[in-house]
Amino acid sequence: MREELFSLFKERAEMVSAEVHRVKDVQRAVEFIRKALSEIASAQPGETEALLLRGSLLEGVNPAELEQPGAKVYDDNFDRLAPGVMIGISQLDLAIADTGTLCQDATDVKKRLVSTLPSVHIALVPTGGLVANLAEALEKFQGQVPGYLAFITGPSRTADIERVLTIGVHGPERLIVLFIDEVGGGSLA
Amino acid sequence: MPDAKFKESIKQALANPQLGGALGRFFEAYAPSRARVYEGMDFEALRTTIAAIKSQAAEHMEEMASRFTKEAEKRGAKVFLAKSGDEVKAYIAKLAQDKGVKRIVKSKSMASEEIHLNSYLEKQGLSVKETDLGEWIIQLAGQRPSHMVMPAIHMSKEEVTELFSKEVNERLEVDIPRLVKVARNELRKAFLEAELGITGANMAVAETGTLVLVTNEGNARLVTTLPPIHVAIVGLEKLVPKFADIAPVLQALPRSATAQQLTSYVTMITGTVPTLVEGGVQAKELHIILLDNRRTEMRADPVFKQALQCIRCASCLNVCPVYRLVGGHVFGHVYAGGIGTILTAWFNEMHNSKDIQGLCIQCGRCKEVCPGKIDIPELIVELRRQITEKAGLSLTQKLIFENMLTNRKLFHNMLRAASLAQKPFTGRGSMIRHLPLFFSKYSEFRSLPAIAEVPLRDRMDKLEQTVRVVPQGKAVFYSGCLIDFAYPELGEDVIKVLNQGGYEVVFPQGQTCCGAPAKYNGVHDVAVKLAKQNVEALSSVNAEVVISACPTCTVAIKHDFVKALQDDPEWGPKASALADKVRDFSHFILEKGLTNRTNQSNQAFPTTKVTYHDSCHLKRTLGISREPRTLLKTVPGLELVEMSESDMCCGMGGSYSLKFPELSAPILERKLKHIRESEAQVVAMDCPGCLMQISGGLDKQGRRVEVKHTAQILAEMLAKQNTN
Ligand code: SF4
Ligand code: SF4
Repeated sequence: MREELFSLFKERAEMVSAEVHRVKDVQRAVEFIRKALSEIASAQPGETEALLLRGSLLEGVNPAELEQPGAKVYDDNFDRLAPGVMIGISQLDLAIADTGTLCQDATDVKKRLVSTLPSVHIALVPTGGLVANLAEALEKFQGQVPGYLAFITGPSRTADIERVLTIGVHGPERLIVLFIDEVGGGSLA
Repeated sequence: MPDAKFKESIKQALANPQLGGALGRFFEAYAPSRARVYEGMDFEALRTTIAAIKSQAAEHMEEMASRFTKEAEKRGAKVFLAKSGDEVKAYIAKLAQDKGVKRIVKSKSMASEEIHLNSYLEKQGLSVKETDLGEWIIQLAGQRPSHMVMPAIHMSKEEVTELFSKEVNERLEVDIPRLVKVARNELRKAFLEAELGITGANMAVAETGTLVLVTNEGNARLVTTLPPIHVAIVGLEKLVPKFADIAPVLQALPRSATAQQLTSYVTMITGTVPTLVEGGVQAKELHIILLDNRRTEMRADPVFKQALQCIRCASCLNVCPVYRLVGGHVFGHVYAGGIGTILTAWFNEMHNSKDIQGLCIQCGRCKEVCPGKIDIPELIVELRRQITEKAGLSLTQKLIFENMLTNRKLFHNMLRAASLAQKPFTGRGSMIRHLPLFFSKYSEFRSLPAIAEVPLRDRMDKLEQTVRVVPQGKAVFYSGCLIDFAYPELGEDVIKVLNQGGYEVVFPQGQTCCGAPAKYNGVHDVAVKLAKQNVEALSSVNAEVVISACPTCTVAIKHDFVKALQDDPEWGPKASALADKVRDFSHFILEKGLTNRTNQSNQAFPTTKVTYHDSCHLKRTLGISREPRTLLKTVPGLELVEMSESDMCCGMGGSYSLKFPELSAPILERKLKHIRESEAQVVAMDCPGCLMQISGGLDKQGRRVEVKHTAQILAEMLAKQNTN
């Protein structure tokens, strides 16, 4: 079941230009992020900055552990840094398979800053957070709807000029989704 | 007749190359992409659910509003119920003043467009920036959105380049990704500086006080995150009862709007949330303005309340053959297309829809795709009726409708006389080039058939009916005016096919015009009179079935008569009994297998390609499209090939083609192009109106594709078999 949901999610999310990856555990997730940062940094003149909003998944991971030559990682001063950094790293709660959508209780303003302003958003999500469809995701919040519930499907896009699809208008132009199978404290879902 | 200024705006729209360009390409791609994104889903079930949710919400609008208010306020929002646009404006202006707001960013909100909020706020000295790319473009251009979902679809990339170059004071290249980057940079500054953000909402959930916002660009996320104050303007029709109601609406909205599974972003906001202020985080101020602007009045109207089921997906525009030609600006206000015509009549003034309601050709394509299950063409007819009742008829219309159409003998004698008057001008087969049919103006783009010397009704006495097989019974034939007076031979073919199938055909002389011209012109009382005359005539014969070979007439008998007479205790039951008996020609022939009885062999090498044109009323109102095709496939020597957009309107629409020849002509041209591309030698159809339009167009172009009613093809086949 989980496997089916994952492959459906991957198919649907890739259809809308998201990049979908999956690792076994947090250690490998850290390696993945380091690699991603180094790739982005090497294609970039000057220093690349990333802002990390550590969720439960990366608890205990230190920004310095993620840093790469040419890539600096911060985990504070969100208000000041978010508008300027290139990369935002954060954790999302659920992944909706049939539309390739990530879902997050984004009531904490930092969660929104780090996923709306940077050009690249690296989104970590526990594989256990996969659900089949939107109705199922909504059910999880029924009864205590969070203040700001966010759904993200692929990067920001527009077709407002002559119907030509263009990626990255106001939000991120790259959405990198990383599923993590084994979660220390159990799945959030 | 539509006024000159309106006609001029149509002319300008038709001259806009962009409408043929990007818009044309989009519409071509839309229908198949929409079909693909709904694949494997039960659209009928989904829209039934949505219609139920929305109509329930509309029915209890005030309750919904007060529940929403209570819930949202529990979570820290301020909710204000605004009767009118002016109240919204005053509220926001005061808020801005109280909080020292100078700069406002907005994400897309049709409600704010509806009340012309921007220009008002700008007059108060506030800076207002639209942040949806399309909205920003039209704001820079000083225009109105031309489409609910794609506001700047009427503009070319060159025009956008021009606008942006001016805005950033730099000569930009015509390069769409670059232009999008420019917008990102420019608007990013605005997001970060603004003290107030204004949004609309796609839904407002009463049960939880939740606002739902759907965007692709991510601008609504920024508008609701960065400025410390958020104002949401929400039309009362956006209310839905339950949190669980979000899912079905969201299943349909992006699919119908842009053929997407889901938009990039969906944001659900419930009450106040933390926001950044100088030196820290604090609770954001959230003001929700529920806008009435005649929505409660609309709800109280037994007919028009249906329009509140709209989820503003604009798919009705995307499939509309008229919108495709003229785009949105012709509609004169913020809401365009069929649904726009209705919304404008309510949210502005009824008279604002006086001209634009005429643009609808009643093809029914919008109704077929509407996720809110709104019968848009029917609402437009109702609007027409109310407008006509208020304004009264012109003298000519009075003469035609009230004095002539309802007086059958006079009407038919006039037609007979017209047939004589046209005589010297008839040329090229049965086509005349310069004469009116049915008292109407001549149109340039197609030839019109001559009025027959002897109408079908005057041929009936002498017509020999040979019922060859075992007699099946009696069939009443309702010919309608076109078959009777323009295509009596077609009528004879209908009779022949029925005879061959074992039916004796009776033609009650009391039958007259079905009233469609009166109905579609909003002349309701005349339509009622004609309904009675026809019910009387057609019920006078005791027959198993009433056959019509004109789908518009079939629809009249099956639906319109019943509706027009339902409250009449005497006529209502008679109309219903008649409606049960009526069948459209092809449907009946196939249902009874009438051509099989004489058809020994349909094994012949196909030598002729035939393509089939679906008439609007036949396919979409009566649900008949398979039947004629099945019949055609049984005809020896015929090979059925499909043309593209076979169910797209031909542009006839009765008197529409005379009122708007400039629109009818390009719609027809497109149909002819598809016929041409199918490489068929014969184009078949089941409607004499389409027959008139399509053969008239082909004749004018000098093309040799034969145009035939299915009845004619079947009659020819049977004649051949009988001589064998
Ligand atoms: S009328 Fe129907 S199709 Fe048109 S915008 Fe509204 S919901 Fe969509
Ligand atoms: S019925 Fe046809 S012409 Fe009229 S609004 Fe609908 S799609 Fe357009």
